[in-house]
Amino acid sequence: MSRLGKYTRRAFLGLGVAAAGGLAVGFYFYQKPYANPLDAKKAEGETPFNPYVMIDQDNTITIIAPRAEMGQGIHTTLAALVAEELEVPLEQVVVEHGPSSPAYFNAAMLEESTPFPFYDESVLAELARGSMKIVAKFLGLNMTGGSSSTTDAFVKMREAGYAAKFVLLKAAAEHFGTSEDNLTLADGTITDPASGKSVTYGELASKAAAVSPPSEMKLKKASDWKILGKSQKRVELKDKVTGGRIFGIDVQLPNMLYGTVRMAPRKGVSLKSYDKTATLAIPGVKDVVEIRTITGEGLGVVADNTWAAFKGAEALEIEWDDPLSLQNSDQMWSALENALTQEATFELGGTGSDAEVFTSIPESEAVSAQYRVPFLAHATMEPMNATAQHDENTIRVWTGTQAPGLIQSVVSSHFDMDSANIDVTTTRLGGGFGRCLEVDFALYAAVIAKATAPNPVKVTWTREEDTQHDTYRPMAIGQFKGQVTPDGTLKTMDMQVASPSIIQSVMPRIFPGISPAGPDNTVLDGAFNQPLDVENIRCQAHVADLQVPIGFWRSVGNSVNGFFHESFMDEAAHKAGKDPLEFRLAHLTSDEFRPAREALKRVAEMSGWGTPLPAGKGRGIAHVLSFGTWTAQVVQVDVTDNTVTIEEVWAVADPGIVLDPGIFKDQIMSGINFGLSQALGQEITWVDGEIEQANFDTFDAMRMHQAPKITIELLENSPRMGGAGEPGTPPSTPALANAIFAATGKRIRQMPLSNEIDFI
Amino acid sequence: MYPKIPLTVNGQKQEIEADPEMPLLWALRDIMDIKGPKFGCGIAACGACTVLIDGEAVRSCSQPVGEVEGEITTIEGISQGDELHAVQQAWMKHSVPQCGYCQSGQIMAAVALLEENPDPTDEDISDAMTNLCRCGTYPKIKAAIKDAAQTLGA
Repeated sequence: MSRLGKYTRRAFLGLGVAAAGGLAVGFYFYQKPYANPLDAKKAEGETPFNPYVMIDQDNTITIIAPRAEMGQGIHTTLAALVAEELEVPLEQVVVEHGPSSPAYFNAAMLEESTPFPFYDESVLAELARGSMKIVAKFLGLNMTGGSSSTTDAFVKMREAGYAAKFVLLKAAAEHFGTSEDNLTLADGTITDPASGKSVTYGELASKAAAVSPPSEMKLKKASDWKILGKSQKRVELKDKVTGGRIFGIDVQLPNMLYGTVRMAPRKGVSLKSYDKTATLAIPGVKDVVEIRTITGEGLGVVADNTWAAFKGAEALEIEWDDPLSLQNSDQMWSALENALTQEATFELGGTGSDAEVFTSIPESEAVSAQYRVPFLAHATMEPMNATAQHDENTIRVWTGTQAPGLIQSVVSSHFDMDSANIDVTTTRLGGGFGRCLEVDFALYAAVIAKATAPNPVKVTWTREEDTQHDTYRPMAIGQFKGQVTPDGTLKTMDMQVASPSIIQSVMPRIFPGISPAGPDNTVLDGAFNQPLDVENIRCQAHVADLQVPIGFWRSVGNSVNGFFHESFMDEAAHKAGKDPLEFRLAHLTSDEFRPAREALKRVAEMSGWGTPLPAGKGRGIAHVLSFGTWTAQVVQVDVTDNTVTIEEVWAVADPGIVLDPGIFKDQIMSGINFGLSQALGQEITWVDGEIEQANFDTFDAMRMHQAPKITIELLENSPRMGGAGEPGTPPSTPALANAIFAATGKRIRQMPLSNEIDFI
Repeated sequence: MYPKIPLTVNGQKQEIEADPEMPLLWALRDIMDIKGPKFGCGIAACGACTVLIDGEAVRSCSQPVGEVEGEITTIEGISQGDELHAVQQAWMKHSVPQCGYCQSGQIMAAVALLEENPDPTDEDISDAMTNLCRCGTYPKIKAAIKDAAQTLGA
């Protein structure tokens, strides 16, 4: 049976033996743990040990990896954390996503949303991070994002493995009539060397579940690790080379219908009237359903196959009621330009210097530049889709989501039900990049399924619908100004960023009850919290609502401000007449910035920085600290006949601790190509209230012939652990723009770079 | 009622009832329950839906099922029982997939490429492999194709 099939069966089997106590493994000590969600989910013969480990009597060891697997290899690394302590090889375990439950809350994701830079270890910063952990637990944020999964899991999943091993050893000691110290463990088996007899974990499972959990966690030293710190084969690899039925779009249920949606151009535009005659005349089309929800309005089409639903949706005649004032990209740019002239909405970081310092820079020492980035779609390979079924008092949803708990919350609110009655099965994701933190695709499926009840319906968006109904990476303007003294020192740096606020856009969609308070860090991430020794720094946000739904896009604010900040550092170096690497190092002298210095120096060595290049070629360098990982990159380009070839990229990333070097490097590689894709031509633009781009012919990404050679090294100088999924993205675009400047003398300050220079 | 359309998929002859205009992709996925070929764009721009028709790579989202002439092979049909195709093995060895959604199509495109050109250069690979991968796994795809070429040539 396929993985998905097995998973679904498990999710439906609510039977089972009496639960023998989930282990209170002590991974959060300030409050009582949540109830063990596996008690309600286990099948006959399975003993749930705690929210992360299940051991069958037949010795099948299942590790619950409660984070979305969307390509980042997280199921492998999370399973490795448990397996390391449990003393089982990864090949011997089954990894499942597990049910949606607040017990799987992600504390680390919000931790770095405090208004303190990563390297700030002051008491205040630590207190703020601690309080966000409690908020995350309170909200039950079972989410995947912010490159936070391994940081969040690093201690608690190893503790889960240790706790399971502890009770198994106790049970084995009783079984053999000896002490735990006399026993040996290997490959899911415990052996008593005295008698030469062995017993499997599975045989001990029910007995072990009655043993009291350990009061003290004695985790292995890193030097004793057998699995962690080494590259592992991804647990889902075989499914992904055999066309496995693992994605949301592959869900197949008895009596299932097929559907699609045609939604209003954006939230705030409502459904005025429509004519469904032509739609219902299409063979296979069964119904047209009105959708009016917190995330948007529109119509759903139900058919007996997806293609008929697509044709039906195309045939709908719809009139929208659009009261929004900003209809064109030009108006939106004007709104941002206007915001820049207004008083700042808030300010983060900085040196607290007098305002006059920033307004009295002598003209001869001033360097000033304005940068722009457009709205961007996520364009996951798998278009948005979800399958839903109303079944008496329960709504079941199957989908690839980064936030199953939010789906429960929003769907339950829409139908005025208890969220416990919304059952979400998380499949693998054909890409996420932040898009699947949203709930719209699941909510629309749930609404359409109300009309098809009791039959389930799989609702798949067309690519056009997906591109035009995203929650976009915000467009933004960065107005940067600096003072470079005659000796080549950057003495003053002023960063003014105009952008809509992601949090203000997201919160009403997913947490309608909570009003966002305080500054939205994402507007300034990648600017206010960068390692930089400059006497006067100011970083201010000018927030403007552009009436476009925006959201979390791989590396979020860092994808915007990383480009601004690191392009500006290059311009300042040029003004100072210094080499861009030397200039950066000269402004990274503080002790706590050592990881940045080491990453830059190493990437310079790898790339042959400073060695001569033939005419028409150039190298650019950039460093961005994001999600706790210090990442330096050098991009080398060739510019022939005004056409850019991105030849090669070298990257050094320092996340403090590397749990799986192979998977980590894969993520950095992916982040680089995702970032460079923007430069090659991505932008979402508005004309008359509609988006101009629709499919991969108008919103494309990097292809094979454009892909550079990439070399990556990892360092472990950072004092705390950082993430993998996003930090590769932010430095890639400024390093590219800086390389084009080095090769041609042409400074491009606006994304996509392709608007000003051709790429192959 | 729809006409009966005879098809040979992964070596099995069958007849389906469908609108002849329906893209082969949806006939495979929704009617025949063959889920390996994925939907990505519907306009033959991304290649996630790539299958082989008589050995040639075809983007099934833009191929009307009524006009198919030849034997269809999907990713489900390239391995011999438990033994994976050399291209699949190379994909495993190089740990190519990340999210994995495009990889069925990538693998089918690579199988077709190596069928026609057993020893492709970097440029040949770039020319033939036009499928989109949003995870940016291109360097690994290239390495895996070269590896598979060696295995198949050996």
